[in-house]
Amino acid sequence: MKALLRRDLALALRAGGGFGLGLAFFLIVTVLVPFGVGPQSELLSRIAPGILWLGALLACLLSLDRLLALDWEDGTLDLLATSPLPLEAALLVKALAHWITTGLPLVLAAPLLGVLLNLPASGYLWLVVSLALGTPALSVIGTFGAALTVGVKRGGLLMSLLVLPLYVPTLIFGAEVARRGATGMATETPLLMLAGITLGVIALMPFASAAALRVNLR
Amino acid sequence: MTLSVKDLSVARGGVPVLIGVSFELRAGQAMILRGPNGSGKTTMLRTLAGLQLPLSGEVHGAEDKIAYAAHSDGLKSMLTVEENLTFWAEVFGAAGISAAVEAFELHDLRDRLAGTLSAGQKRRLGLARLLVTRRPIWVLDEPTVSLDAKAVEMFAQAVRDHLTAGGMALIATHIELGLAEAQVFDVTTHRAGPDALAGASDEAFL
Repeated sequence: MKALLRRDLALALRAGGGFGLGLAFFLIVTVLVPFGVGPQSELLSRIAPGILWLGALLACLLSLDRLLALDWEDGTLDLLATSPLPLEAALLVKALAHWITTGLPLVLAAPLLGVLLNLPASGYLWLVVSLALGTPALSVIGTFGAALTVGVKRGGLLMSLLVLPLYVPTLIFGAEVARRGATGMATETPLLMLAGITLGVIALMPFASAAALRVNLR
Repeated sequence: MTLSVKDLSVARGGVPVLIGVSFELRAGQAMILRGPNGSGKTTMLRTLAGLQLPLSGEVHGAEDKIAYAAHSDGLKSMLTVEENLTFWAEVFGAAGISAAVEAFELHDLRDRLAGTLSAGQKRRLGLARLLVTRRPIWVLDEPTVSLDAKAVEMFAQAVRDHLTAGGMALIATHIELGLAEAQVFDVTTHRAGPDALAGASDEAFL
């Protein structure tokens, strides 16, 4: 499992685009928003948590179609499926690698982009906490989407349509944590819901992903 | 240790291709699968490797013993030859890649990126992966594609060494490998007729 994680990280670093692409997309989306809604700093600070969460979610989605498609094309998935490593574990490790290369940089960059959207000072901590708790769920659910569409040529759009509705609970509670934090309200309830959703999908989704992938490998 | 296949029927894309295949393979034995394109060799090998379910029949002694190699080698072009082999060695829990490097004469290529290798060199690397898996049953689908005569001899020697060490090999190929002791199994005698097993299907969703 460690070998698979190391290999995926090395590939993401060397092939380029792994670390940078999602991050650059996140940056551009959040920079574009003030141009779109105008320079009213009060309005911006009100919508900042939601925009930052939406940006992070879309940036996460962007790199999902590479998650399994490359391994499918060169036959690695066939060989992994016949290896001693359970497919469930392999997919969980791949989701972890995806989170480290996509989700984690988003979490770290979010406070910086909060400045651009005039996020209130009290919101920064909760924005980072909510993203750190929520983005692993995005990677794990995304792996399921990638496993469902792995054999489909140009399946990226289809995968987005399948995955985005599954992202709704994470988005609702994640953005709610950040919004309540920014306005100085209690964040406990949405935070617990967000953590619950993430833990639930980490525990269950790898089984669904592996089942979908086994069907696609036939 | 025996690989025994009883009355196996396999399908591809919902259409039965082979029916009633039975054979037994013991330690140290090799079997060559022959048959024209589309006769079901690949489907049968994928079934034995556990990548798809049989329509009917039983396979014994295959689980967690098979090293599978097909048309694509599962190589990452951005990793070096050594890194590719080490990855598979670690996944299969085996230590050391030196024997595999030696058997397929990959010393000089160790630090090259796999993406810069020629088709034949990639194939040699893909076959070297079999050695680092330490699995007893090799299931090989057209292993000699794009290999030159010398590399084919290298491969045949690796198979012979594997058999001498008590391994087994099941090889679908169109060329003569020079494995004199191998049994030959012609799949054409088991091809499914047009209405054989009508209605049977391996599709997951209907």
